Amino acid sequence: MTAVPVPYLVVDRRRETEESVTLRLEPVAEALDDFAPGQFAMVHCFGRGEIPLSVSSVQTTGGLAHTIRNVGAVSDGLCAARVGDLLGLRGPYGTSWELDRARGRDVLVVAGGIGLAPLRPLILSALAEPEAYGRVSVLVGARTPGDLIAREEIESWPTAYTRVMVDWPDKEWRGDVGVVTQLLGRAPFDPAGTWAFVCGPEPMIRATARELADRGVPKERIRVSLERNMRCATGHCGHCQLGPLLVCRDGPVAGWDVAEPLLSVREL
Amino acid sequence: MTPSITLRMPHALPPEHRERLLRVAREVGFRQGARLFEEGGHADRFWIVRDGTVALDMHVPGHPTPVIETLGEGDLVGWSWLFEPYVWQLGARAQTPVRAYEFDAVAVRLMCDDDAEFGREIGRWVGRVLSHRLNAARARLVDLYGTSTSGGVR
Repeated sequence: MTAVPVPYLVVDRRRETEESVTLRLEPVAEALDDFAPGQFAMVHCFGRGEIPLSVSSVQTTGGLAHTIRNVGAVSDGLCAARVGDLLGLRGPYGTSWELDRARGRDVLVVAGGIGLAPLRPLILSALAEPEAYGRVSVLVGARTPGDLIAREEIESWPTAYTRVMVDWPDKEWRGDVGVVTQLLGRAPFDPAGTWAFVCGPEPMIRATARELADRGVPKERIRVSLERNMRCATGHCGHCQLGPLLVCRDGPVAGWDVAEPLLSVREL
Repeated sequence: MTPSITLRMPHALPPEHRERLLRVAREVGFRQGARLFEEGGHADRFWIVRDGTVALDMHVPGHPTPVIETLGEGDLVGWSWLFEPYVWQLGARAQTPVRAYEFDAVAVRLMCDDDAEFGREIGRWVGRVLSHRLNAARARLVDLYGTSTSGGVR
């Protein structure tokens, strides 16, 4: 792992939604160490700064992909990047989803909005070894159909059960309407023998994890991805502190048994 | 693969009451686009979805009818049949071809009146459904997905 950004070339750019894009990157020279699904890179946009971004795709060539939502100066610069542009990356940082711990068990993936991006490599890994896992189910929620990423790809996944639900449908929407937690009652999984992986805005994570726990999924098997303001990414600066955790080092992925009490504390 | 009704119902009703309720069920089907009931109509039936999707909608004068919520496998369609004045609060349409168990509301209410324990369990079941849907509606009010930032570390 290096503390100096390593140059990566933008080799593909795909618009996901009105305010998000996916950039596929290849190393210019030496690649960073392999990323595990759930881990993140500090992505440097020259002249703007750097932000933490989870990987949304990991390739054997050393290439990777990030899905970015345009919400600030750095993400605006990254979303505007074109094929052939150079970015700086350092990493890999943080904890991973640890999908291997779910071997032999049902796998339930719950994503909210752009939170599907960090879960995408986990889903592909699970589907690549169908004999290694039980039923793989993917539940995706978003505010509107326009906020959904990877819509065509979602439909191609050979899961046991995949449903997409939106809060506010438009005139063309023919899918489910409601909040993603409502799908938990329909997905086929054995709560006591399930590993759940949840990513999205924290209110969505809390609502989903609570309902999963109520349905009998052990809290330590509910893996959630936390989001905090990260700067150094190496556990030194303290910007991402969440109670006893430094999210860049002890997260971003944590068990709900660890995350729940921290997310229940007001102003923490 | 979809969860079967038999898997879902144990969470809703104790086995003896579930079987008693299912004994008065009628298997029905709705073609895509068929209306199950209309807002303001008399709530004389209810359904448990076996396959397919039912969309609940609300009449908004001068505007297309918006879908409020969709219900799927194992979900209860309709609760207004249990509470006076037995009037549907929303409309319902088969969004896909639907297979369902249909129940005569008057018959089930009479069963509830005749057997207090059965009636209590039915009330608890519908109450849990209502509680769950109220929580979901509240979650939508606070915009569950609205606080996302850059799509960064998550």
